[in-house]
Amino acid sequence: MSHRLSTGGRLIDRSERRSFRFNGKTMTGFAGDTLAAALLGSGQTLVGRSFKYHRPRGIVTSGGEEPNALMNLGTAKTFEPNARATTTELFDGLTAESQNHWPSLEFDVGEINAKLSRFLPAGFYYKTFLWPRAFWKHVYEPVIRASAGLGKAPRHRDADHYEYMHVTTDVLVVGGGIAGLTAAKAAAVSGAEVMLVEQTANWGGRAPVDGAVIDGQPAEDWVAATVAELEAMPNVRLRTRAMGAGVYDHGYSLVYERLTDHAPDPSRPRHRLWKVRAGRIVTATGSIERPLSFAGNDLPGVMLAAAVRDYVVNYGVAPGKRTVVVTNNDDGYRTALALKEAGLEVPVVLDARKQATGPLADAAREAGIRVAAGRGIAKVTGKGKVEVVHICDQAGAGAVVEEVRADCVAMSGGWSPVVHLWSHCGGKLTWDDENACFRPDPDRAPTGADGTPFVAAAGAANGAVTTAEVLADAWAAGGGSGEAPKADAEDRQPMMPVWAMPAQAPYALRAKSWLDFQNDVKVTDVELAAREGFQSVEHTKRYTTLGMATDQGKLSNINGLAVLARELGEDIPAVGTTTFRPPYTPISMGAIGGEARGELFQPVRRTPIHDWHEENGAHWEPVGHWRRPYAFPKEGESTHDAVTREVRATRERVGLLDASTLGKLIVKGPDAGRFLDMLYTNMMSTLPVGKCRYGLMCTENGFLTDDGVVARLSDDAWLCHTTTGGADRIHAHMEEWLQTEWWDWKVYVANVTEQYAQVAVVGPKAREVLQALGGDMDLSKEALPFMQWAEGRIGDFDARVFRISFSGELSYEVAVPASQGRAFWDALLDAGRKHSITPYGTEALHVMRAEKGFIMIGDETDGTVIPQDLGLNWAISKKKEDYLGKRAQERDHMTDPLRWKLVGLETLDGSVIPDGAYAAEEGLNLNGQRKTEGRVTSTYYSPTLDRGIAMGLVERGPDRMGEVIDFPLIGGGSVKAKIVSPVFYDPDGEKQNV
Amino acid sequence: MSDRISALPGAASSGSIRVEEAGLQGMVTIRGDLGDKGVSDALKKVVGLTVPEKGQRGAGDGMALLWMSPDELMLTAAHSEAPDLVTKLGDALSGHHHLVCNVSDARAVFRLTGEGAAIRDALAKLTPADLRPSALPVGMVRRTRLAQVAAAVWFEDEGTATVVCFRSVAAYVFGLLANASKPGAEVGYFR
Repeated sequence: MSHRLSTGGRLIDRSERRSFRFNGKTMTGFAGDTLAAALLGSGQTLVGRSFKYHRPRGIVTSGGEEPNALMNLGTAKTFEPNARATTTELFDGLTAESQNHWPSLEFDVGEINAKLSRFLPAGFYYKTFLWPRAFWKHVYEPVIRASAGLGKAPRHRDADHYEYMHVTTDVLVVGGGIAGLTAAKAAAVSGAEVMLVEQTANWGGRAPVDGAVIDGQPAEDWVAATVAELEAMPNVRLRTRAMGAGVYDHGYSLVYERLTDHAPDPSRPRHRLWKVRAGRIVTATGSIERPLSFAGNDLPGVMLAAAVRDYVVNYGVAPGKRTVVVTNNDDGYRTALALKEAGLEVPVVLDARKQATGPLADAAREAGIRVAAGRGIAKVTGKGKVEVVHICDQAGAGAVVEEVRADCVAMSGGWSPVVHLWSHCGGKLTWDDENACFRPDPDRAPTGADGTPFVAAAGAANGAVTTAEVLADAWAAGGGSGEAPKADAEDRQPMMPVWAMPAQAPYALRAKSWLDFQNDVKVTDVELAAREGFQSVEHTKRYTTLGMATDQGKLSNINGLAVLARELGEDIPAVGTTTFRPPYTPISMGAIGGEARGELFQPVRRTPIHDWHEENGAHWEPVGHWRRPYAFPKEGESTHDAVTREVRATRERVGLLDASTLGKLIVKGPDAGRFLDMLYTNMMSTLPVGKCRYGLMCTENGFLTDDGVVARLSDDAWLCHTTTGGADRIHAHMEEWLQTEWWDWKVYVANVTEQYAQVAVVGPKAREVLQALGGDMDLSKEALPFMQWAEGRIGDFDARVFRISFSGELSYEVAVPASQGRAFWDALLDAGRKHSITPYGTEALHVMRAEKGFIMIGDETDGTVIPQDLGLNWAISKKKEDYLGKRAQERDHMTDPLRWKLVGLETLDGSVIPDGAYAAEEGLNLNGQRKTEGRVTSTYYSPTLDRGIAMGLVERGPDRMGEVIDFPLIGGGSVKAKIVSPVFYDPDGEKQNV
Repeated sequence: MSDRISALPGAASSGSIRVEEAGLQGMVTIRGDLGDKGVSDALKKVVGLTVPEKGQRGAGDGMALLWMSPDELMLTAAHSEAPDLVTKLGDALSGHHHLVCNVSDARAVFRLTGEGAAIRDALAKLTPADLRPSALPVGMVRRTRLAQVAAAVWFEDEGTATVVCFRSVAAYVFGLLANASKPGAEVGYFR
């Protein structure tokens, strides 16, 4: 059974106890522990259940590659699923729950799935679709849904906050082991700016555990000295708990920094996502040990050999009392020696190689450890844990030659360089026969904009094995000149690839040999996939789920594709790997969102009058990023009633609208006139200075895209009003044409939307209100008639006054500098008090424009509507040779007399037609649906007419005045409406022209 | 004259740096052929400053010219002077194709003060621009974005930076800057 040793543990502080809870049980560990170390130290070897068969699962690794020890961490607002116990640092009060168990970790009904495993073969998920349909719905889906899945989804808002950090540096070194430190130093001494990141809390990687000696010093001392040296250099930045998550084009990369996971503090950001732009990137990401595929290799207590010695050396934790080591390379002996030195039993080292020679094997023998060459494991048995190891000849078919009692098996199947970051942006791999692994191919590195490589792999991540090789390789990757750190050469014995243990394992053993612990994929599953015709490794992955989910096959990929290759009769490199995609290990959604939550989720654009609206109970409507008041309901008043009141007050007396959000673009230059003639469907070049004209803009496909009033400011300058949502888009539209097609036209455009607060003073009393403010402007009908503008002072305010109307009433739109906007609004409220001046919102604006039959971009248009459909032919110049959209509007389909055209719709019963309703005609279309002959585009209750009014597009509508058409209602029945003119109110425009 | 107010009068926060809304600032957009001697002479005559090099800010007596793009400059001056400067510049440039307009009220301005490194750390949380002192030294202007909105940033001296954004998003940008400099969120990257 796993337990804490009485001494040892280079990373823990035994004077600092840490209390935590696992599945409701209180346990203790020490400062410096990972949760995995503390669980093992507390004797907890069972930590979860597998995904498909609910098999008991124990801790396999000591790092980010962990497939099994996934935890639900925290509670409520700090809850997080799928946290790896191996990378979770222990803190006081930590709470963890194992995942995927029901009803409890120790007794799980899902284990029955394992008994049914022959009914859950590779591709079971897909195969169930083939069975009777009813089975899927009533049997499979409910069962699978109930028993499958990893962590739980959080149910509360996340209490933590997150942020980004953007930096630019010459060199980013990922990985703080001896390779990363060496590469960083090499780059730094050459003068480069270097950022070095390490995913764990500690520098040095494996070297201190594995007993490396560098420049004559123990690795631990060399690491400390090198870190101190780098910290003292002004051009080097070091960060721990920061994982290189992804490498993207042009040296862009993501680094995921975990600031408070090890010491929760809600006042600090929990995670920080670094967006690094590096001239070059060194990936010193080390390598990951591979499991061996023998029967029962998924029992709790079977662990990677390197992880076993990590727990002993780093945390003073023994994963077992009696550990059988099984290996195909020298490294297993390091574990045997570490265990022996800690006073633990190692009954035997099973070396799959025919001969167990070399200094490490000799050292093991000298330490009194029995070494058995040419041997492997036929199977490991035990009830939910390792109990008996059945030994066999590696070359045979699994005949058991000996049984050894043990509670832990340390396995080493060789090492796979961590090539993920190298591969993210297109770095290719080459197969290394000597070490049976894929490693980066230096001739096919990721290349930048100039075609030269921008990523270099260093050390073990580049396939280097011995300390001496690692140091030399990393120094070169860092671009170092002069002398690299040194280590003695090692007499290393060749490893032997072992893809099946034993080599001739029969089906019964292979069907218990796990490749992917997380997803429950066994050797026989991959074999079955191959037999069923899956040849591509990518397809096999999806079919079998090998290498899916949170660990993305960090342990299973190479073993799995070796099995696939053998089954297909191909070489491993010919089968290839699946694609390595960022992030390297999962990163939090919070980090991806950065600061964008709560108030900072999205920018809300505010007009200079926004605060008044807020203080006066505005019911808001988002328009683009703006917030505009929809209406101003009073205490106890419904929004609908507020709209009715606002419309009536405006039509009867005077209303006030904050129109500041309307787009305002200045277009100026000798060619501005002809430019606007191209942009608008009508003539703008002939507009006299001082006058206003309504204009339509179309896309080159002829569709109406924006509208607004244009005012001519001077001989060579126009002010173009756009819709609220159109300001930025139309500005960009203008710039695009000027920069790409008409680059030689002398025109400048400036977006001055936000320079002005614009207030529409609307209604029969509008003039009186403005005149009451005083100033130097003559606002009479004669001096400032309809569709003209003038500049001057109204009261104390610098004003530009436009006689334009979107309501049909006497209306002045007054623009004042934004800094005067709020004061101007307040002054208008004061001046209008005796007329009960009434601020109104966008809905009253909409109702009043609909009463007048004015179209609204986005209501009457939807990207398929041309101005001719809306009866706006009067605003389309027939004289102009060209304008954007003209050609398109001449196409057959656009001139089809059957096009749906704008009309007014008057319900016979006075009701309001539902928005978006379709007019149905007799007969069915080819899809068997009722034919339609029109649709509603705007529909309102008109307070002015006290009835429902609507506008709509109807087939040949303008030719069918007086006809009644039928709008079926959802849920039955229909509304009958008469086709009428869209102008319901004041058709002669007498009211606006006073 | 009526009361004129900036976007967030008096807004301020203190954390790793001090963030203050800087009140009303005169700003004039100038577009024209900056390589034309006639244009540069006219500018020199009115504002007493030469056309800044690409990416630079040239400051003079209460005014500064900032390079915005190959054919655009921004003139900063006292808020009350901007209308008059627009008229004078328009007159002086009348023989050349140009556009001059007052954009003072379209903008909000924030002043960031404190340790230069802390200012750069806070800004680096929000902008992808290269903020290394070598890339954004005093005298240089950077048009960029802060989180989701457009902004311009420059350093007056190592301990003082100015951020300009659109007026409508002043509250958002102030929130961003205050959040990025909140105590406990120090980064310690820049030195």
